[in-house]
Amino acid sequence: MSKTKERELLFSPKNIRLLTSPLGKENPITMQVLGICSALAVTVQIKPAVVMGISVIVVTAVGNLIISAMRNSIPNRIRIIVQLVVIATLVILVDQVLRAFSYEVSKQLSVFVGLIITNCILMGRFEAFAMANKPWPSFLDGIGNGLGYGIILVVVAVVRELFGSGSLMGYKIIPESFYNFGYSNNGLMIMPPLTLIIVASIIWFQRSRDKDLIEK
Amino acid sequence: MKPIRNILDAIKPHVQKDGKFHAFHSFYDAIETLFFVQDRVTSKGSHIRDGVDMKRTMFVVVIALMPALFFGMWNAGNMHFKSMGMEKELMENFWYGFLKILPIIIVSYAVGLGIEIAFAQKRGHEVNEGFFVSGMLIPLIVPVTTPLWMVAIAVAFAVIFGKEVFGGTGMNIMNPALLTRAFLFFAYPTFMSGDKVWIAEKADAFSGATPLAELTAGHPTGISVAEMFIGNYSGSFGETSTIAILIGAFILLYTGVASWKVMVSFFVGGLSMGLLLNGLSASFPANAYLALPAWQHLLIGGFAFGGVFMITDPVTASQTGTGKWIYGFLGGFIAIMVRVLNPAYPEGVMLAILLVNIFAPLIDYYVVESNIKRRLKRVKALS
Repeated sequence: MSKTKERELLFSPKNIRLLTSPLGKENPITMQVLGICSALAVTVQIKPAVVMGISVIVVTAVGNLIISAMRNSIPNRIRIIVQLVVIATLVILVDQVLRAFSYEVSKQLSVFVGLIITNCILMGRFEAFAMANKPWPSFLDGIGNGLGYGIILVVVAVVRELFGSGSLMGYKIIPESFYNFGYSNNGLMIMPPLTLIIVASIIWFQRSRDKDLIEK
Repeated sequence: MKPIRNILDAIKPHVQKDGKFHAFHSFYDAIETLFFVQDRVTSKGSHIRDGVDMKRTMFVVVIALMPALFFGMWNAGNMHFKSMGMEKELMENFWYGFLKILPIIIVSYAVGLGIEIAFAQKRGHEVNEGFFVSGMLIPLIVPVTTPLWMVAIAVAFAVIFGKEVFGGTGMNIMNPALLTRAFLFFAYPTFMSGDKVWIAEKADAFSGATPLAELTAGHPTGISVAEMFIGNYSGSFGETSTIAILIGAFILLYTGVASWKVMVSFFVGGLSMGLLLNGLSASFPANAYLALPAWQHLLIGGFAFGGVFMITDPVTASQTGTGKWIYGFLGGFIAIMVRVLNPAYPEGVMLAILLVNIFAPLIDYYVVESNIKRRLKRVKALS
């Protein structure tokens, strides 16, 4: 911060908004419809969804920070390549950490951790925000968008695991007596297409709560 | 009729604007128009020659479904007692099936109409009759043993996501009744296929596999051609009897409710795929299913039912003349292809019709485009 300018507070209302708006009005999945592919793939159970959410938070936040710090020295013509190098490095780091500390989950997520590289949210945030803003707001923006992504992932995963497998986080929730009465798990919940319908329902709910979001 | 009119007139002030129960006005409208012809008359010149409206159209389809429904009731009882090794009187069979299907019909109508009325209230529309036919089709295309709560969930899913999100009756892309069945089929596969589900309270020793399941497994159908026609074999409620369905087809075509182009081309499509497969069967002797005579495909399973009642749904079918031919043909063609070539799905009619439903607007688009192109050429040639 230069001394001539007034020092901005670390958590000024503007910065707080960077953190919270992606959770609701500018949610990357429900409003910008980015990152849908991985939402289909990793939400059968809650555990992988949570891990995936955390990984994306880490990558977007740190990636935003790095890109924002370098933004004045990146030549405009090769900026996409530079951004990709940063993402790829971070994703490999996350992948290695996952393999080291929670091998089972990393096996479940399999290729999808690697595919964070292609997650549109990352490139979107780098291009739209980090290239034009200072490191600290960029960092907050990264956390906010990662969180917005992760929350939707977890909500979808709760619905899918509860109705598809009758459990939450691997613990049986629906009692055995239900099954004896003729209840049965919904096989459609385990298949990817239903995720689209759940995400659509969330969008529907969000838009009917907040009329500003409806396009004219 | 007089007492009903009196009751309705007594209620009317309460549901009009400013009335106490204005919230229920659309429900009132629905009941009133069910019993009485509307008194709204066109004031200027119009070209309507007939008072046919949606209510009457829907009613014709429901009547056309009656033969299949009644036969289905009899057959449900017949198959049940047959599996027990008993021979029963006609009425006894009928009564047994009636008691089996009645709860499914009630649940289907209650859930579907409930959701439709709720949406109509919310949006300020009138309740319309869109669900009359779907509500009757659904019980006819599910197995006898389907648990009622599954029917309820599936109907709710189909009405909300198949119909209401697109804007209600007349706006849906896919057939709601088939969507209900597709939901059940993918969500609860064990309740929708196999040899246990088609006969109510079946004795264990009796095989309840449908002819299609037998064929997929590589066995002969186990039924004669006459039985295929009459329909006393296991399957969903309404799909088995070709004769009952033909009566329905006659009613639909005579009143002009269903398009004969779609119906004919659907059967032609099925037949040509069947013939094609027959031709291939010499080269692939391992697959005995290929050799089933093409015309028999049209008699077994849900092919006839789908061709008469499902693919002809005017909302989801193609609208243009040429489009109807293409649409129906593709439907029948794919149905038999799925049936024979994909061992995971013994019956392909549902999937095929849902698929061509999605393609119907595209087919229409290209038919219209090519018409425009042809006419433009003619205009250019003249000038």
